[in-house]
Amino acid sequence: MKLDRDVVLHIARLARVELTEAEVETFSTQLSDIIGHFDVLNRVDTEGVEPTAHTLPLRNVMADDVSRPSLPRDEVLALAPNTEDGYLRVRAVLE
Amino acid sequence: MPELHNLTIHDAADLLRKREVSSRQLTQAALDRIDAVDPRVRAFLTVTADRALAQADAADARIAAGESGSLLGVPAAIKDVLTTKGVTTTCGSKMLENFVPPYSATVVQRLFDAGAVMVGKTNMDEFAMGSSTENSAYHVTCNPWDLERVPGGSSGGSAAAVAAGEAIYALGSDTGGSIRQPAALCGVVGIKPTYGRVSRFGLVAFASSLDQVGPFTRDVRDAAIVLNAICGHDANDATSAPVETPDFTADLERGVEGMRIGVPREYMPATLDAGVRARVQAALDALAAQGARVEYDVPLPSTEAALAVYYIIAPSEASANLARYDGVKYGFSYQQGASMWDNMEHTRGLGFGTEVKRRIMIGTYALSSGYYDAYYLKAQKVRTVIRREFDAAFERFDALVAPVTPTTAFRIGEKTNDPYAMYLNDVFTLPVNIAGLPGASIPAGFVDGLPVGLQVIGKPFDEATVLRVARAYERTAGWASQHPPL
Repeated sequence: MKLDRDVVLHIARLARVELTEAEVETFSTQLSDIIGHFDVLNRVDTEGVEPTAHTLPLRNVMADDVSRPSLPRDEVLALAPNTEDGYLRVRAVLE
Repeated sequence: MPELHNLTIHDAADLLRKREVSSRQLTQAALDRIDAVDPRVRAFLTVTADRALAQADAADARIAAGESGSLLGVPAAIKDVLTTKGVTTTCGSKMLENFVPPYSATVVQRLFDAGAVMVGKTNMDEFAMGSSTENSAYHVTCNPWDLERVPGGSSGGSAAAVAAGEAIYALGSDTGGSIRQPAALCGVVGIKPTYGRVSRFGLVAFASSLDQVGPFTRDVRDAAIVLNAICGHDANDATSAPVETPDFTADLERGVEGMRIGVPREYMPATLDAGVRARVQAALDALAAQGARVEYDVPLPSTEAALAVYYIIAPSEASANLARYDGVKYGFSYQQGASMWDNMEHTRGLGFGTEVKRRIMIGTYALSSGYYDAYYLKAQKVRTVIRREFDAAFERFDALVAPVTPTTAFRIGEKTNDPYAMYLNDVFTLPVNIAGLPGASIPAGFVDGLPVGLQVIGKPFDEATVLRVARAYERTAGWASQHPPL
């Protein structure tokens, strides 16, 4: 199974990653090759087996509902390219 | 006495305590060594000389006031995947080229509280994705034993720095072998603790169910000393395990008399490099000679599926984790696009390197509508099967012993055009992350002048046994005192 150009572009769109023309070309071949190796999973019988999301016997770790100091807002916002009145500024989603 | 830059942590701590050497001298020796060899090794992305000397002076003041501590005043290197307050943290990516974090990772803060001196931040594959450090957006790091070969990855800078005498120890991170594989290829000790043993707060996320921080050191005792400092519950990491941290140095010298050691069949395939096989066999013979009951051909049949499980789960988690790099909050930001989406796609297209994009693509594909059950859910179920096979093995054995890598260090550029060949480097290490187990790499000699690593795998939260087996081998082998001719 080869991932054609349209599938590669669709996945890139879902991931919001711009690809160069050369990357579209090499990924089409390489991703097909890598995904082809995933077929080995079908050789493992997983009938009735529960999935593992992580390996610790932890569930719903709760924190006490009390306020704690956070990082200073000006230090955090200083990392952003655009801010206004103590907020992150972004371009309009709908234009 | 060995040269100051080649001391172990415990030897350095002894000298500091006896006031035979100062932290400033140790730190200056490490900085001088960096000046002398790093133009060739290129282990560091950032050298923090002024900060290091200030930390050294602070440590010397604490020592003068009567304080002692196993890490107090000892110079260390930190992988650039861990946030360091006020010091650029790039993660090996152009995306974070100018990122100066406003806080330090819990593990870094714990080292600083113990009086550690940070000499710099080490090179790595971008976002820890790679097995050779060739995926760094900045430069390639060279193996100190042969500068034309890779140091392994993704923590190649940390491994090379310790091997080359540029820091007495280092921190790295291991998602599929990124501590153990470079430790093996550079001839130093590396350990990936049990998942949950060490806080991930401030560890830039790659695959959150697999990532774990651990040390690179020159001997096993040093690894135990660093683990003592960095392990323990952290309320800032919800996956940090609420378990006690034992003194990992306590049982180091107890030996392996009567211990049951298994050798997984699938980790000694016919295709294993003959030189690596011979070194691993010699190590097993040495453990048997010390009274360990070594049994071969232990079945872990789903090992052949582990690579696929890993290359579905890790990229899937990465595709979600790396969604945060949107050019809005911090990091590289493309601003000249026609729309918000245009800016975001260009930010990510220009900010990420090829391997990172490749993994985001694999993960997005595996999680996309129509493929989720066939790939992601199936991989999670096989993950359960792999865990159960380890559980069954650990009903019969105290530890498993295997090679770390199928070969010694390969040449720079040899595998960069074949991602799948590169992924095969981690075939013996990534099952340990999938099962959340502790695993160490111990120097096990050389093949044609290149180091070989011996892997010791333990039960969950049984790092003590891993270290004890590692130390028993190290004591007879004597590789810890070998240094590369630079």
